[in-house]
Amino acid sequence: MKRRPIPTAWITTPALIVLFIAAWHLYVAWSGVSKFIIPPPLAVWESLVDLLGTASTLRHAWITLYETLVGFFFACIIGVGLGTVLGKTAWLEQALNPFIIATQVVPKVALVPLFILWFGFGTESKIVVATVLAFFPILTNTVLGIKSVDSGHNDVMTVLNAGRWQRFITLELPSSLPAVLAGMEVGIVLAIIGAVVGEYLGGSTGLGHLAVASLNDYKVGMMFAVIILLTAMGFLLYLLVGALKKLLIPWHDSVASKIRPVAG
Amino acid sequence: MNRTSVPGIHLAGVEKAFATPDGPLLALQRTDLQVRPGEFLALVGPSGCGKTTLLRMIGGLTEPTAGRVLIAERSLWAAGRRDSEAIRELAVVFQDANLFPWFSVEDNIALPLRLRGVPKPERLQKSRSLCELVGIGGFERLWPRQLSGGMRQRAAIARALSYDPHILLMDEPFGALDAITRDQLNLELQRIWLAQGCTIVFVTHSIAEAVFLGDRVLLLSPRPGKIDTEVEVPFPRPRKTSIQAFPEFQQLVQRLRDRLEAIT
Ligand SMILES: Nc1ncnc2c1ncn2[C@@H]1O[C@H](COP(=O)(O)OP(=O)(O)O)[C@@H](O)[C@H]1O
Ligand SMILES: [Mg+2]
Repeated sequence: MKRRPIPTAWITTPALIVLFIAAWHLYVAWSGVSKFIIPPPLAVWESLVDLLGTASTLRHAWITLYETLVGFFFACIIGVGLGTVLGKTAWLEQALNPFIIATQVVPKVALVPLFILWFGFGTESKIVVATVLAFFPILTNTVLGIKSVDSGHNDVMTVLNAGRWQRFITLELPSSLPAVLAGMEVGIVLAIIGAVVGEYLGGSTGLGHLAVASLNDYKVGMMFAVIILLTAMGFLLYLLVGALKKLLIPWHDSVASKIRPVAG
Repeated sequence: MNRTSVPGIHLAGVEKAFATPDGPLLALQRTDLQVRPGEFLALVGPSGCGKTTLLRMIGGLTEPTAGRVLIAERSLWAAGRRDSEAIRELAVVFQDANLFPWFSVEDNIALPLRLRGVPKPERLQKSRSLCELVGIGGFERLWPRQLSGGMRQRAAIARALSYDPHILLMDEPFGALDAITRDQLNLELQRIWLAQGCTIVFVTHSIAEAVFLGDRVLLLSPRPGKIDTEVEVPFPRPRKTSIQAFPEFQQLVQRLRDRLEAIT
């Protein structure tokens, strides 16, 4: 009989966190670094409690979450939609590829002021930044997924005389879903970054704005607390996409490692 | 199904040349062939002699560069398009089971019926009775990845039989299986064929398998691919595995083996 693997992550992860906080505490205590540059963990903890006790925090967090999710949603629509078309139309992919790559290599952070000029200081400009950042991995992965449909599977559909739509629904879409979801896992993280960078550079709401405002008030502890909050939000969203994977591709290797083959 | 009511296959001067960087490659030279209604025809030959190419042309997966493929007296190809009436008569089983990993075993088997618009309860009922027929009853709800190679191939056969095709094309369907599983599946294929009464074209690289299964065996030779030898196999049905020990069986196998050595 095989030995059950010990769930080491449940021990190592908290241990590493404790170790990190201890090292942080000791460094601040011994090096004599100014608490305006690196506040001790306890001060950050107090700021965090303070932050969570403030009524407006929830509003800021909600705005960042809203921008992230809406930006991610548009990124999914554009990425999957355009990716499907490009994956199936080789000449179009070749024609548009330089432009799509250009949207990625252009320094987007430098463009954020332009987006703010076009879309205003409100949530719209942040949604645009989140979308622009997040759509690329979803797009490339969708193209890859659609193009790597197994030729044997395609033969099966040809013999069955399947129509274009039938082929898309029963073969191309499910077959590319693992790749699309892998793109979404990256995309959701980039969407948060997009929303926060947008808030950093313009506007007066959101956790990104709160972080800059704290820094401007010399509340470094508070800024750290905001960053912890952002990290927690990103973590949750990432886990959400992971849960989506379990729901949508239970058959795939990346999810189904617990499925055992039967004998015979 | 009545043995004489199923269509035969007629190849008239069929040829296939592939375009390669070194110029055209003649995979199969002009070939004339009649497959009788309800016949079990076995194609055997060394690797690269055009067996797959021939089968794919009958299955409508590869268009001939010359000649015509007639199914039930209908031309399979007309102006570069497949005739959908002719293609409905056909089913293909490939060397890889080519099951869709995102469908359960029963949904895989029911896929052809789904594409034909058969309502769900009806097609799942058919799928379950086919699972019994091919000997994978009780495994309907599993993912394909949970099945062994032999069981996957059984499921692929069930999928091919789901819409009662009149012609079954099989390209080395048991080529990747171990000898014991292979013998077992050969017996079951014969049983299914005797019960269903369809026309079968069966490609294999095993001479013994071809002689055991076929009413007639065609030996193909390579460079360029062509039909080299044709033998009628006289043994009565149903054949038992034990006929392989009969001198008549072994003589036939030896004759083909000698010829195979001469042409390779
Ligand atoms: N798509 C293709 N493009 C170019 N050459 C091919 C293609 N398919 C098969 N061939 C060539 O045609 C010949 C016959 O191949 P195939 O029908 O697969 O043989 P078999 O199934 O008997 O092993 C081989 O020389 C092979 O390299
Ligand atoms: Mg082959």
